[in-house]
Amino acid sequence: MLLLLLGIILLHLAALVLLFVSTIVSVWSTSETSTSDLWRNCSTAVNGEYHCNPASTGEWIQAVQAVMILSIIFSCLSLLLFFCQLFTLQKGGRFFLTGTFQILASLFVMSGAIIYTVTSHYWVLGTYAFGYSYILAWVAFPLALISGLIYVILRKRE
Amino acid sequence: MLTFLALASVVLLGIVPEQSQAIVIYTGWERHALVGSDIRLSCSFFSWRWTSEDVTFSWTYRPDGSRDSISIFHYTGGVPYVDNKGPFRDRLEFVGNPGRRDGSILLKNLEFTDNGTFTCDAKNPPDIVGRPSSVRLLVFEKVPIQAGVITGAIIGVVLGLLVLIVVIYYLMRFLVARRVFSLSVSKHGKKKKEGSQQRQGPVPPADPSKIKV
Repeated sequence: MLLLLLGIILLHLAALVLLFVSTIVSVWSTSETSTSDLWRNCSTAVNGEYHCNPASTGEWIQAVQAVMILSIIFSCLSLLLFFCQLFTLQKGGRFFLTGTFQILASLFVMSGAIIYTVTSHYWVLGTYAFGYSYILAWVAFPLALISGLIYVILRKRE
Repeated sequence: MLTFLALASVVLLGIVPEQSQAIVIYTGWERHALVGSDIRLSCSFFSWRWTSEDVTFSWTYRPDGSRDSISIFHYTGGVPYVDNKGPFRDRLEFVGNPGRRDGSILLKNLEFTDNGTFTCDAKNPPDIVGRPSSVRLLVFEKVPIQAGVITGAIIGVVLGLLVLIVVIYYLMRFLVARRVFSLSVSKHGKKKKEGSQQRQGPVPPADPSKIKV
């Protein structure tokens, strides 16, 4: 029983950490001379200088920023709600609220990753490949979804 | 001795500020505008002296990337003289009030070639020592969205909806609880009435027999 609880919390924390890393670390797309993410474009100029510009004020990148931040907020809220409901839910009850928030967080990550995939050519210039932060976002989506579904089917025992 | 010092200080205070007076000219720092729109470039000054009748305002324009300035407006002797040959012919209008130290001009129907620096120089005789002030004009095709506006808007809307849903949920729970409470009171009242009627029913027939006896 305790092991199950620990496992669930670890899964949730793993999804949360992936979300944080994906949003903060600057590697959503990479090319030979530059990396860029939701917040800024960094590039190494010909003479070796490393120079960063704020990401262009386009509409779509701001939407991706907002959606990633919202997914982090919802995932944190879901963790807090889990601990609340652990102590206040009556016997046999389901963690619906926790599960809902976690599933919403996973949907936000999914929509953020999709929007980025489709509209990234607007602000990343030249040829580029997707970096590891982008991949982490895609990995965080099923983790969060599975975690949310587990909460929804879980029942509280004594 | 003391009176001499006092007189000297009064005289010095009287003379020195007049010589160190300078006129200070204020314009904006930078102005943004859309192509085809009108913009008012304001210019005013501060001077220790009263506004004289010979006050003059003059505006010069230096296009972006050019080193030459061209004079586009001059106000002197109570008459404004507007550019009628240069890049702003028929597009410049004087909308200032020299009596109130305002030398603003209105540029109409802006074009991309109007990007540049506008310098205002004002003189208020005898107060003529001063530094002209410049305002930079930037003409845009469309107003750029500031970074973070859409981000903040999306986050705000979603969190606001969340708070709204929570509030509505608790409100509904509160209201339903109140209605349930009032429903049970009326049911209880009905039940009481029925019970008392039933009890009263069998009692009257018993009375006449008792009275008879």
